[in-house]
Amino acid sequence: MSEAIRLSTPLTAEAATSLQAGDAVLISGHLYTARDAAHKRLRDLLDAGEPLPFDPEGALIYYCGPTPAPPGRPIGSAGPTTSSRMDGYAPLLHAYGVRATLGKGPRSAAVRAALQEHSAVYLVAVGGVGALLAERIVAAELVAFEDLGTEAIRRLTVEDFPAIVTYDSHGGSAFAGDD
Amino acid sequence: MRTIDFETIASAVASACIEANLHLPPDVLAALQEALEQETAPTARSILADLLENARLTPETGLPLCQDTGLVTVFADVGQEVHLVGGTLGEAVNEGVRRGYAEGLLRKSILAKPLDRASNTGDNTPAVLHVRLVEGDRLRLTVAPKGGGSENASAVWLLTPAQGRQGVIDAVVGRIREVGGRPCPPLILGVGLGGSFEEAAIQAKRAVVLRPLRQPNPDTDLAALEADLLEAANATGIGPMGLGGRTTALGVHVESYPCHIASLPLALSVQCHSARHKTVEL
Repeated sequence: MSEAIRLSTPLTAEAATSLQAGDAVLISGHLYTARDAAHKRLRDLLDAGEPLPFDPEGALIYYCGPTPAPPGRPIGSAGPTTSSRMDGYAPLLHAYGVRATLGKGPRSAAVRAALQEHSAVYLVAVGGVGALLAERIVAAELVAFEDLGTEAIRRLTVEDFPAIVTYDSHGGSAFAGDD
Repeated sequence: MRTIDFETIASAVASACIEANLHLPPDVLAALQEALEQETAPTARSILADLLENARLTPETGLPLCQDTGLVTVFADVGQEVHLVGGTLGEAVNEGVRRGYAEGLLRKSILAKPLDRASNTGDNTPAVLHVRLVEGDRLRLTVAPKGGGSENASAVWLLTPAQGRQGVIDAVVGRIREVGGRPCPPLILGVGLGGSFEEAAIQAKRAVVLRPLRQPNPDTDLAALEADLLEAANATGIGPMGLGGRTTALGVHVESYPCHIASLPLALSVQCHSARHKTVEL
């Protein structure tokens, strides 16, 4: 792998469109965690004309439900979950300015089209290395939906969080077997 | 008769839940190390190195290997001369899961009602318990936490007998291609062949959880099928996390059971690289 590209959040359209599928990146700044249940609530808010609990412009959503934080640590094990379960929500969130999602596994054609339309990217983090990834998370604070427990939205402050650009904003894919 | 009490079982299951979630078994570590040595693609090598580094970190940090600490599946071999006292085996196993997931700060991922997202049981119970009665006066428990991502990639087929061996290979490899990077490859594939709709699935999961990784089936025909399936899975090029490479599967285990002349049941249990399990004998 060539040397990793450093990214900081909020992620600009220029930064997102400069990325190519297969690039290794190191992210510093904020990630917002959200899984199935939180996404449903985000869509309900948008449908009702209400604001989102975080500023979506340039935001990076991390599909992650961490384990409980032990004493003295900001978070427990915190790797990616399967992204395709959120495929139905991603195009809407990209339309509101979300610049990247971070998870694992392939996505629908509709998500890939939304990335091209909104100058956004899909990143993959290595699945099953939640302890290793937790080392790059320096703070975690609750943002919304505390009742969802592990599925609540948290703002993670990360330093050099590693990921791989897997679908870029130009239609490219790093998955084996994709064109 | 030998007596085993509720508390002994609950305590052993609690420890096994924590142990399994923090320590990758040595056979899995050895297979990952070998895969790293054989991979040439830089992304694949980087991912495999991360998997090994993660396993090195967990005992040191006390964090589980994966944030998805799973649904707990327990295989229990109960000696016919064992007398359980103080509660049922199921109650003791669930008490162990309850304690282990609380003490180990493991994630609670179980919904009481599958269609009600707000029905999390809060303690990761109940476990799925498979009991076999065996000879002797011992109780052998294998605790296997299983993540949702790889479980969702598993499948059952009721093939026609005419589809035969090639039909088995086509179904398994087709499924591996279909799911790609979703179930966190490199994978361990358990294949259950024969039996019935449900027996095939249980055989497939037993093949993954209970057999040491890469130990071939003693039946030479089934061992040859395992070798062919492994080669075909790795020929897909899906690779670690679906991002390309030689290592799509670390191993394939096939278990079979006699079946009806009209049937060819086939089940595939897809296990991610974080193949967590712990066996205790009481």
